[in-house]
Amino acid sequence: MSTTKERSAENKVVEFDVRTDEMLVNMGPQHPSTHGVLRLVLRTDGEVVSEVTPHLGYLHRCAEKIGENLTPRQWIPYTDRMDYLAGMSMNLGWSLCVEKLMNLHVPEKARHLRVIIAEMQRIASHLVGMGAYGLDLGSFSPFLYAFREREKILDLFEEACGARLTYSYLTVGGATADLPPGWLQKCEAFLDQFLPVIDEYHALLTTNSIFIKRCAGIGVMSAEMATNYGCSGPVLRGSGVDLDLRRDGEEWYTNMYDGYAFEVIVEKDGHYPNDHVYPGVPPEAVLGDCWHRFYVRMLEVRQAIDLVRQAIDRYSSATDSYGEPVKLNEKLPKGEAYLETEAPRGQMGFYVVSDGSAIPYRARARSSCFCNLSVTSELCRNTLIADIPAIIGSLDIVMGEIDR
Amino acid sequence: MSQYLISHWGWYPPLVYMLMAMLAASLVLLVIAGGSVLFIWMERKVAGRIQDRLGPTRVGGKFGWLQTIADGIKLLSKEDLRPEGADAMLFRIAPYVAFCASYGSFIALPFATGWVGLDINVAVFFVVAVLGLEVFGVILAGYASASKWSLFGAMREAAQVISYEVPLGLCIVIPVMIAGTMDLTKIGNLQSGWFTNWYLFHDPFTFITFFVYYTCALASVNRAPFDLAEAESELVAGFHTEYSGLRWSFFFMAEYGSMFLVSALGSVLFLGGWNGPVPVAAWIFGEHASQLSGVAFVLANVLGLMTFILKAVLGVTVMMWIRWTLPRLRIDQVITTCWKYCTPIAAVMFVGVISWQLMGLPSGGDVLPHHEQGLRRLPGSLRERPFEAGDAVPAANSVGFESEHADRERGQADG
Repeated sequence: MSTTKERSAENKVVEFDVRTDEMLVNMGPQHPSTHGVLRLVLRTDGEVVSEVTPHLGYLHRCAEKIGENLTPRQWIPYTDRMDYLAGMSMNLGWSLCVEKLMNLHVPEKARHLRVIIAEMQRIASHLVGMGAYGLDLGSFSPFLYAFREREKILDLFEEACGARLTYSYLTVGGATADLPPGWLQKCEAFLDQFLPVIDEYHALLTTNSIFIKRCAGIGVMSAEMATNYGCSGPVLRGSGVDLDLRRDGEEWYTNMYDGYAFEVIVEKDGHYPNDHVYPGVPPEAVLGDCWHRFYVRMLEVRQAIDLVRQAIDRYSSATDSYGEPVKLNEKLPKGEAYLETEAPRGQMGFYVVSDGSAIPYRARARSSCFCNLSVTSELCRNTLIADIPAIIGSLDIVMGEIDR
Repeated sequence: MSQYLISHWGWYPPLVYMLMAMLAASLVLLVIAGGSVLFIWMERKVAGRIQDRLGPTRVGGKFGWLQTIADGIKLLSKEDLRPEGADAMLFRIAPYVAFCASYGSFIALPFATGWVGLDINVAVFFVVAVLGLEVFGVILAGYASASKWSLFGAMREAAQVISYEVPLGLCIVIPVMIAGTMDLTKIGNLQSGWFTNWYLFHDPFTFITFFVYYTCALASVNRAPFDLAEAESELVAGFHTEYSGLRWSFFFMAEYGSMFLVSALGSVLFLGGWNGPVPVAAWIFGEHASQLSGVAFVLANVLGLMTFILKAVLGVTVMMWIRWTLPRLRIDQVITTCWKYCTPIAAVMFVGVISWQLMGLPSGGDVLPHHEQGLRRLPGSLRERPFEAGDAVPAANSVGFESEHADRERGQADG
């Protein structure tokens, strides 16, 4: 560029070359693949994106402020609306945090019930993540296949608590109600039916050569970068960091999974646990790319099935109660508590401060998606426009949780 | 028919020709409009079935036959929005440009022997050239919309369609070269008889060429996995982001029209066109099958028409199947597919077919005994005898080269 200018200045001739300009493009907040109301400002040079700036706040509903005006049990419905694709996990995170503050131990049966529900929620959430990722890459049908199975999980949830999206089921002290009779059989029947369906998803997406072309080697995030940005969940494990709060978390949380056999889904020496069951890593994929993040999610679905099965056995043999919820206006002990749980999208932390009244002095949430999203501008630098949905989709963000 | 009107009724000839032209045009319009209505319904139904849904079920009885009509009425009643910064005139005419290109190329497409809007001897050339103009409509739409997403869509379309014209042209030249004519009717008739006479089975090279052709055709009509111009997960709706109502539906009509057109063209060039897989006509009418007249001719043609439409619709169905199965490619991958795979393969196939013919190797049609071949050897066919060493320049090849040259010229003109 500069040489052309210099030359034209010397010759006193104005050269009209093809002028290429950078263009600022708004992607969102109304855009099909920004997963809600995320707004990205792209600086593009033709198809190449040189800079991406995410803008947040379009779904801010003052959830945390509301939490300072309601009792913990009353705030449960607001947690549903944070990660609305994994309402149960949000309920669980907040309940556990308040229980930690109150030093309230839930009965054995409630513990297993929570594992069943939380892991079923993980399946449902990853199904949306998987299906929507297909949509982001232009493949429609896997989305419908994913929703078909998710509907069955929602049916089960509806039977358990009466709601399909915002459950408010798990609550401080246990759950609002026990599982209805016959529910476990239906759940087992669903798992039996669902397990072979996962192969369909692998056939349509994971092993599809166009799919591999679109996401292998795209948005590569090193383990160091993932930890630096505070990423968590499948995004972190997709980069090869062996961290899963269900195993490594605080004791208050890991107690829930005491005695459960499960392996953290993370690549070790080029292999994943369960690698023999599902197609292995294609040669094009690089650890930490979109493909790995997607694959970790798919393997976690399989892992969740195993966990639910174990939990169903334990739940049926447990003899105590499902955990009566505490009173709606139960006084909280003075103090504070912070607890992070492994939600489907990563480490969801809740923080509660109490001055001794029934209403918390402070209620805060630490969003996993917020940290996962923060890598966007670094990952999307110098990619093509088509890679942006691929990268954002692989982070599997939910704006409700980010903006709260 | 126009001759009949002029000589028997003494009608004023220009008037007759005009009337006849309008009749032909409206027939073609009916085909494209009816086809689009059918295909949009089919797309929804196919998508529904593939996705484990029912698709439309309410409007017009059990199968939702009238869904597209209902959609059309809805689109008619929509407000015709135009963005503030848009180039008003270009924005308005862009859908019509796209539609006219798709519609115009139907004029030279024969549906059965002699059943063609305009019987021209360079029909292949005409169809491909006019269809190639559709890209102008898209570029205009993208440029005139004053929307960055539309502009992206238009630029992608321009890059993609113009790149794919090259391998597409190469693939089309191959059957033209075998037939030695660019007349679609003749090409179709040369493949009559058993299905082994179809150019698909002419030799191994043409067999591969057909699949390359189909891939390129998918790309040139912007169907998934090459639907980058309207990639909804990236570009919102690409070039037609800002369109609404009837204007938007014209883009759709153009798209479905083009889909039908490329698969119809493929079926004439490779799949025997209106000739069924078995020579039914030859069995019924024996040796006179090629000189039918009157009712027998119409009946045979209706049969041929149905065969032809069936083949073309099958092609369109496969396009839908692909769309609802595969993810979308990225723009660099699309262009790579074109220049690194499709074009070299098509070029190799081209050389392969030339060599096959020069060496006089047996073609698919030679597999079956001659008396079964029915209409195969029409008068004037260049395949009456295999080429022998010492022949003067083989006529077929010279035509082939000519047409390729013409194709290249057209490509430059488009570019």
